[in-house]
Amino acid sequence: MKKLTLPLTSKEVKELHSGDSVLLSGIILTARDCAHRRIKEIMERGEKLPFEIEGAYIYYAGPCPAKPGMASGSCGPTTSARMDSFAPALLDAGLGGMIGKGEMSKEVREAVVRNCKVYFAAIGGAGALYAEAIKKSECIAFPDLLSEAVYRLEVENFPAVVAFDCYGQSIYD
Amino acid sequence: MRKIDTKEIEELIYKMALDAGVSLTDSCKKALYAARDGETEGAAKFALGALCDNFELAESKKMPVCQDTGMAVVMMEIGQEVFLEGAPLAEAVNSAVRRAYADGYFRKSVCDPITRKNTGDNTPAVIHTDIVTGDKINITYIPKGFGSENMSRVYMLKPAQGVEGIVDAIVETVKIAGSRPCPPVIVGVGIGGSFDTCTLLAKRALARDLGTRNQRDDVADIEKRALDKINALGIGCQGFHGKITALGVNCEWAPTHIAGLPVAINIQCHCMRCRKEVL
Repeated sequence: MKKLTLPLTSKEVKELHSGDSVLLSGIILTARDCAHRRIKEIMERGEKLPFEIEGAYIYYAGPCPAKPGMASGSCGPTTSARMDSFAPALLDAGLGGMIGKGEMSKEVREAVVRNCKVYFAAIGGAGALYAEAIKKSECIAFPDLLSEAVYRLEVENFPAVVAFDCYGQSIYD
Repeated sequence: MRKIDTKEIEELIYKMALDAGVSLTDSCKKALYAARDGETEGAAKFALGALCDNFELAESKKMPVCQDTGMAVVMMEIGQEVFLEGAPLAEAVNSAVRRAYADGYFRKSVCDPITRKNTGDNTPAVIHTDIVTGDKINITYIPKGFGSENMSRVYMLKPAQGVEGIVDAIVETVKIAGSRPCPPVIVGVGIGGSFDTCTLLAKRALARDLGTRNQRDDVADIEKRALDKINALGIGCQGFHGKITALGVNCEWAPTHIAGLPVAINIQCHCMRCRKEVL
């Protein structure tokens, strides 16, 4: 299994192919339905986002609260398709990639190829395993959204599979 | 007449909810182990292995198996000889859910449908009550995740479409859902009744243990045919291809109108956390 540290270089992205199993380490940002709506509104108003999109990796997830002594509660991926309408604009704005579960639209796949990025599938339903891979968690935007807020996660050996690669290949085909 | 204080119901549902959040049903664990051992497709086998590791870890650490700790669905069959005392029943159920989701460190996933503002405590629960004979209360508790709930469908078939139409509707629903509901899925099917009752039948079908068959041979045959066809789709665990797309298909039925054949298909992911108790 390939071990990768985020952010990926374009050379590393080009070496990834749909179906590859990987272990990711580094920084990822959670964002799901409500956070995406806010990100879109801020971008449309031409205002500055409360975090850097350039080179960031968005994890479609909303964690459980952390138990005492743990960095995060259970935190598996949510269904990526609900973010289909948001992902292309974020990729065009420099997003490093996405992590979620399940197929995304043709438009997202084209944006992944156009920007030479990658969409990873995490294992849906493996919430407790993913909590173990999270070493630090900090809410960095929209705290009023509770589990839907943006959390900055430091992860180690976070298991995922390459879903869309930069060549337009998909594990779901 | 048997008097039951709703506080007793609250305490029981509180325990059921706390336990359900961190552990799968025995039949679901068994089905996942069998799927892992039987799968040959690489990425799907890897994912099934991770899912088995995950539920073992969750149970040992008392952590939610899945971060989507769901909407709390509570189905109660209340014996008509029972006299309920104390706080109103719905209040007792919601209090149980509120306490369990706070004490269990479960995610609060219930919000206003228009403003999307979170209610903050995972209430209200979805409560169904039936009045039955006897002096007991049967309680079924299912925390229902929405990645799978979103992929559910209702078909108002023509009577002429018959069994073939029912099987096709079930298979089509799973096919359209594809990789999105966290396959391998469990499929609950309600056949007959009206537009509303078929959906409740589908939810009740999910509550039936995996590996059990409907008592009617013709309905059990629909379960088997649909499961075989679903697993021939090749969607596989997480949509990574492979042999196992569904762990089971459970059907329940009710008489319907001469003009109709309603079929509701309720999709459940591989994370079945149902609990059943009798008070």
